[in-house]
Amino acid sequence: MNASRTPLMDESAVRAALSRMASDVLARIDDPSRMVLLGIRRRGDRLAALLRDRLAESGVDVPLGAIDITLYRDDLATVGPRPLIGETHLPAGGIDDRTVVLVDDVLHTGRTIRAALNEITDWGRPARILLCVLADRGGREFPIQADVVGTTVQVSDPRRVEVLVPEIDGRLGLDLVDVSGNGGDA
Amino acid sequence: MSPETIPALGKDLVGLEPLSAEQIRAILDTAEPFKEISERRVKKVPVLRGKTIVNLFFEPSTRTRVSFEFAEKRLSADTVNISSSGSSVVKGETLVDTARNLEAMSIDMVVMRHGSSGAAKFLAERIPSNVINAGDGQHEHPTQGLLDLLTIRDHRGPIEGLKVCIVGDVLHSRVARSNIYGLLKLGAEVAVCGPRTLLPVGIADLGVTVFTRVEEAIEWADVLNILRLQLERMEGGFVPSLREYNRHFGVSRARLDAAQRDILILHPGPMNRGVEIDSDVADGPHSVILNQVTNGVAVRMAVLYLLAGGAPELAESAKRED
Repeated sequence: MNASRTPLMDESAVRAALSRMASDVLARIDDPSRMVLLGIRRRGDRLAALLRDRLAESGVDVPLGAIDITLYRDDLATVGPRPLIGETHLPAGGIDDRTVVLVDDVLHTGRTIRAALNEITDWGRPARILLCVLADRGGREFPIQADVVGTTVQVSDPRRVEVLVPEIDGRLGLDLVDVSGNGGDA
Repeated sequence: MSPETIPALGKDLVGLEPLSAEQIRAILDTAEPFKEISERRVKKVPVLRGKTIVNLFFEPSTRTRVSFEFAEKRLSADTVNISSSGSSVVKGETLVDTARNLEAMSIDMVVMRHGSSGAAKFLAERIPSNVINAGDGQHEHPTQGLLDLLTIRDHRGPIEGLKVCIVGDVLHSRVARSNIYGLLKLGAEVAVCGPRTLLPVGIADLGVTVFTRVEEAIEWADVLNILRLQLERMEGGFVPSLREYNRHFGVSRARLDAAQRDILILHPGPMNRGVEIDSDVADGPHSVILNQVTNGVAVRMAVLYLLAGGAPELAESAKRED
């Protein structure tokens, strides 16, 4: 792949953004004891874990879960070979009557979020769902908006925004990637 | 970001013999997340929504057919069951004609059990739908082999280096063949044990050790996969009597205790209690027979998911993630 990379946020900037997001989440929730965090794999769940640490610093312990939306993708019937499916696990205590804080890395078309909402409603009936993303890059194809946003960047194809997490990418950060001749969206 | 993709399986699953170790591992790894779906309150994901699957069973089967049907329904496919009794099959229609008629009704997949070895491959080569072999004659029963591998891996870690002995009626067993191919590809040491009359000639050429005394097999093995004595195929006088078979080859508590270590016990079902396996072994602490049944649904979901994957030329678009 022929790609050039420009850092938009380094580790300390991402950590600062996550701290702001944690306070934003708390400001929007009446009863933090009913809250659960649900991160969308494979990077949203890492961010959700970081967010949980921030919330713990504020004295709020939040159950953490992870959701893999592969089986709910709207393009699954047309793609092949098969994407690897990650493990899904519900937060302790489930999601019924809870406020689910859904965490993803980048909000783009909104299709991932649509898939996640469908999967969550198949699991049960949350009292409320809040969407929390590190970066909103515009380009929505579905009427979906985030409630809590770390940063907003306007980006159009073939450029894209990528969140990097230590467990997968070796570092924490947010990059602008220019992909020439190879399509794909973060 | 590019999610990892799984090595393609091709159009059909006819057996484990044509698959690579990498492909077999990919199916087992894919089965893992599908286990969780069967534990959900709503046991359904929309993976095969709008796909039509025909379960074409020319031989009686309860366990395998029900397991496939659960797997299909949990993936949201529409399913039709056809069994040999009460269908045009008994009226003399050929296999290809049956399949073509189904094709004309726009189906996507066929799961077939048939009494003739090679029937699955024969069908796969003649229709564009995906074909999954649910047992063909004495050839292979690949999803049973896969669920056995998954169950062994769940309880004993990596298959590589494990000693697995298949005990009983190896001659008539497609389960044995699928197990042997799968286990050898994943690096296990494989043995078979049974009376000479129930071991195929030349079985050692597949690369397996042959035991004719069950005590020796138990002494050697980490895992025993005990096959059903296929009573319906026993008209040829392969064993003098069931009681004598049990006395010489039945896996009993006393025989297992003599080995003085934990041996994992598998059985593909349905069991003949008191013939090839004693009740205190079947219900004992090291029996994973019901885990096999649970894993069967997950493995079949994985196979259906992988085969429905579409054309390889679309590989690039699979990497797109919104």
